[in-house]
Amino acid sequence: MSEDQHITDVSGTGVPIPGDDVDTDQILPAKFMKEVTFDNMADYLFYDVRRDDDGEFNDHPLNRFAGASIGVVNSNFGCGSSREHAPQAMMRWGIDGVVGESYAEIFRDNCKSLGIPAVTADHETVTALQTWIEDNPDGDVEIDVETETVTYGGTTIDVDIDTGMKEALVDGIWDTTALMYSNRSKVDAAVDDLPYVAGDD
Amino acid sequence: MSEDTLYDKVWDRHKVTELPNGQDQLFVGLHLVHEVTSPQAFGMLRERDLDVAYPGRTFATTDHIAPTEADKRERPLGDDQAEEMLSALERNTSENGITFFGFESGKQGITHVVAPELGLSRPGMTVACGDSHTATHGAFGSIGVGIGTSQIRDVLATGCIAADKQQVRRINVEGSLGEGVYAKDVIMKIIQDLGVDGGVGHVYEYGGPAIEALDMEGRLAVCNMSIEGGARAGYINPDETTYEYLEGREYAPEGDAFEERKAYWESIASDADAEYDDVVTVDADGVDPLITWGINPGQVIEISDTVPHPDAFEDRTDREAAESALDHMEIDPGQSMLGYDVDVAFLGTCTNGRVSDFAEAAKVLEGETVDDGVRALAVPGSETVRKQCEARGIDETFINAGFQWRRAGCSMCLAMNDDSLVDDEVCASSSNRNFVGRQGSKEGRTVLMNPTMVAAAAVEGQVADAREYLDDGPTGGAGGVEEVAD
Ligand code: SF4
Repeated sequence: MSEDQHITDVSGTGVPIPGDDVDTDQILPAKFMKEVTFDNMADYLFYDVRRDDDGEFNDHPLNRFAGASIGVVNSNFGCGSSREHAPQAMMRWGIDGVVGESYAEIFRDNCKSLGIPAVTADHETVTALQTWIEDNPDGDVEIDVETETVTYGGTTIDVDIDTGMKEALVDGIWDTTALMYSNRSKVDAAVDDLPYVAGDD
Repeated sequence: MSEDTLYDKVWDRHKVTELPNGQDQLFVGLHLVHEVTSPQAFGMLRERDLDVAYPGRTFATTDHIAPTEADKRERPLGDDQAEEMLSALERNTSENGITFFGFESGKQGITHVVAPELGLSRPGMTVACGDSHTATHGAFGSIGVGIGTSQIRDVLATGCIAADKQQVRRINVEGSLGEGVYAKDVIMKIIQDLGVDGGVGHVYEYGGPAIEALDMEGRLAVCNMSIEGGARAGYINPDETTYEYLEGREYAPEGDAFEERKAYWESIASDADAEYDDVVTVDADGVDPLITWGINPGQVIEISDTVPHPDAFEDRTDREAAESALDHMEIDPGQSMLGYDVDVAFLGTCTNGRVSDFAEAAKVLEGETVDDGVRALAVPGSETVRKQCEARGIDETFINAGFQWRRAGCSMCLAMNDDSLVDDEVCASSSNRNFVGRQGSKEGRTVLMNPTMVAAAAVEGQVADAREYLDDGPTGGAGGVEEVAD
């Protein structure tokens, strides 16, 4: 991560990850959550579906589109468990931004915490982009967070991004620990009339 | 006269300020920590040289990787990675002055079982945990939210989360539950009606006669599965049932303090004329036990129904999801789930691992034997639950029937310990998620159901209607029916 936390646009080649309701158990199977750091998570991304029964890489898009920076997914992506391991694994694999039909909320929040823009478009638009990536594996896909557009080939499409996420990324204020830490003197004053806080129970 | 919901009131009382990113900074009254999602967050804290802001409001236990066989709990644990996670949690909690309920404490268990039974979760609080089932604590009339690891770092460092206020949907559950129909069935019915993403953007306020009639353990089961319905949180307004449950619990206030706090608890309940963003009604009358046939918790039917045809779904995504589900489960549309072969019976978890769950299932198992072809596991949600069951002799019923009676943990809910499905085994499970691969094998098949149905499936070696084993009168329609003497 650079010192500059402003994220106005991300770009690179794309990888389609098709399917609705892709849950975090598929993105990062629980058996790989037994490590105390996120360092190796990229190796476990979509572990089960990326491999044959004998453990060899199959033709899963992540294998065919290695080096991609923009994931393109369908609806309700990242549902299920709240594990941040899922977006962490995607980020460490190389994903800098996601285009999809919709996301589970916790997944989207986790993306925001990591500075990964997650933008949305309708089904036709997203599948058209997925098809284009299949045909143009070396083509550049750019998510412009500020103008809420995605550009690929000669095409620019309008996309949506959650307002809070957009502001946080563009203004470089997505590190919520830093934001809230600066308010620490306000916390006690704000809640000391809460009965259970006052009573210290 | 104000027109606020409990959610509005609790939010306002915990709001510190609005952040420049437009979110609200909310104080967290109770932060629950477990071994799997926290070590990375403690690591981030160390990187930034920050301390834990409110160690006294932070409680930890170990659940996801906990071995559930007594002899496997000796240290160091046989699984090196599990040992490393557990040691990291011990170190992180002791260095930061955080109470840790480890194996020796006698109170270890699943966070969402431990905090309620110890009286840590109380009305009018905000509860956060690095686990998506934190909505469970909403059963007390608190706002429980599941958070990711970066947000765990936020809470550790600042005692707060950055959050966006959601809309509130009131779900009125009318009528009353029939015999052998439980809280688990109510929430599965709600998810069937509203869908797995019906709750996106909302928190659910559950109410109405069928909810009010539930005891606390039943309410915990309902709120637990809010996330399966897409809602970030779910809650039930506190009432006498709530207060009675809390009185005398280890961390609950005592005497005058209890009475004073009760005034606060009463004050934060939704106003009679509270304004909701949406109101829906679900009818509990005549509902049969529910059971999943597919690979998400919304693919669910009443046991008297048959597996739907994909064409029955209007929505393209639902249709495609149904097709993959039929394929994975190897079933056909029009088929009944009754008679579906079962290899494993798993009773436990933060949804249904409480004393009343075992007590109800024991009614089915009394005098019965687990089918030869079935591996049956009873895994109490906490060591406290285990001991209470043992004090009542419930463990005997399970053991005599042929169940393995285990120590507390998440176990086969997500198979991070040794308990796992193998190949394409079918599991009758009292857990909350039936996603592909969830129980440790990518071919494994999970059928979600209430605890009595798990017991009946264990006995018959196939999906069965547990009500045939429950002929000793109405159970009162709660998730748990009998009061538990501590
Ligand atoms: S029992 Fe299952 S759902 Fe509950 S906390 Fe453990 S793993 Fe999560």
